[in-house]
Amino acid sequence: MPTAAYRWLPRASSLLVCLLFWQLAASHHWNLWLVTFANVPTPGAVLEAALALVDSGKLARHLGASLGRVFEGYLVAVLVGIGLGIAIGRWKWAEDVLLPPLEVIRPIPAVAWIPLAILMFPSSELSMVFITFTGALFPILLNTVHGVEGVDPRLIASARSLGAGRGAILREVIVPGAAPSIITGLAIGMGTSWFCLVTAEMISGQFGIGYYTWESYTLQNYADIVVGMLLIGVLGMGSSWLVKRLGAAFTPWHRLRGKA
Amino acid sequence: MEGRIAISGLSIVLGEKAQAFEAVKALDCSIEPGQFVCILGPSGCGKSTLLGALAGHLVPSQGTLRMDGQAVSGPSQQRGMVFQQHTLFPWRSVRENVAFGLKMRGVGKAERLAAADEILALVGLEGFAERWPNQLSGGMQQRVEIARVLINRPRLLLMDEPFGALDALTRMKMQALLLDIWTQIRTTVVFVTHDIDEALFLADRILVMSPRPGRIIEDFTLDFPRPRHTGLMTTPEFTHLKRHCLELLHHEDGRQLPRLNPLGLPIDHSIPRFAI
Repeated sequence: MPTAAYRWLPRASSLLVCLLFWQLAASHHWNLWLVTFANVPTPGAVLEAALALVDSGKLARHLGASLGRVFEGYLVAVLVGIGLGIAIGRWKWAEDVLLPPLEVIRPIPAVAWIPLAILMFPSSELSMVFITFTGALFPILLNTVHGVEGVDPRLIASARSLGAGRGAILREVIVPGAAPSIITGLAIGMGTSWFCLVTAEMISGQFGIGYYTWESYTLQNYADIVVGMLLIGVLGMGSSWLVKRLGAAFTPWHRLRGKA
Repeated sequence: MEGRIAISGLSIVLGEKAQAFEAVKALDCSIEPGQFVCILGPSGCGKSTLLGALAGHLVPSQGTLRMDGQAVSGPSQQRGMVFQQHTLFPWRSVRENVAFGLKMRGVGKAERLAAADEILALVGLEGFAERWPNQLSGGMQQRVEIARVLINRPRLLLMDEPFGALDALTRMKMQALLLDIWTQIRTTVVFVTHDIDEALFLADRILVMSPRPGRIIEDFTLDFPRPRHTGLMTTPEFTHLKRHCLELLHHEDGRQLPRLNPLGLPIDHSIPRFAI
């Protein structure tokens, strides 16, 4: 793409403008009727807090703990979501048996799961992994169902006429046909898994970006809260991007059409 | 030679409950091995439905379908199907698409890819083997589709208006190409179309169908010599037969029926059951 180079300019400027607005609003204690920036830390203060976090030597352990939890929860969600999604999309009985309870569970927010997660799992670590799992599961599951149901029945008929059995149809037609939709689900699920992190790490006693953010709130270190928020934002964005790039590598036939 | 088709008392019901109707009714017909048969009829007359039953995608409600004495039950590599819109797998290269049938039979990779290249050359697509199907023109896609079916050496080749979506010039080239391939890979062909010129140009024998219920109203053989060339289409004999076909198709009252396809009724794009 020859356009990519100059498109970075507006992208970077957009971030800079946001930063500038934040700096002005926070340093001049703007009061915008509904929203007030009177107590919001400035970018400078946040940067200082971030440097302090790096100096404390705890950043790596916070990051490691959070990445581990998100990764584990996400991985289980990928396996469960794609597996159940294919079953639900392919077989009516699976849809009738599995979808109703899943639809009831789906709207329950991660934070509501905390008490039960603590009661149900042997360690707080597993409870936290479970909560990141609930965050990632549904986007992956529903996009997989959507993708499987969207596979052209003519392709399946053709494959059968060419001698494909049930297994071959699943491997050769259903899975690749649903792949673009599954990958969309995986990228969305990566993001939702991250935004359940703070909720999950409310349970934590020691480490994790979410824990750090939550603890900063209880200790009223406002600059630290913003550091935690930004870290989650950047990590979530980075991992979603990674999933999308990996997905594109796996589906070379599926070219994303540019905007007109 | 194999590929003898025997259809007796065939009825096919489409639709559910109150909307159910007989798309094909009490149809009898037998087709000789190696014969090129065109089924001609207006939209919705059940010609594609009949094709779908021959392919094994639709189950008859009454009657029997046999190929070489064996009852048709479900799709088979022996009965290859070409749809109006190609059904190539977008995630496989042209070569791998063509080799698919051999892969399903457990033929080794090197061997099946070589066989695919050979048959791609036959349809005039050497040099396109590495492409994705979406990178080809409509005519080329149909050629790949035909190659993919023929690699299995089916006894019966079923074609559902395969050139219906192509422009007139490409369609004529494809008709000539199909006849050329057919002289080299001889199979029984059942070719569905609503284009009278196409049917007359290609067929040994034409079955004219009439809708609701779908039945055969005319069955005649053509003895135009082969190989045939486009010049045939302007001969008096050709025009005479064309007029005969036009009369047969025009005596219908002109009601528009929904297009049927070899998998049954057109797909109803209902509302998704959940929001994402």
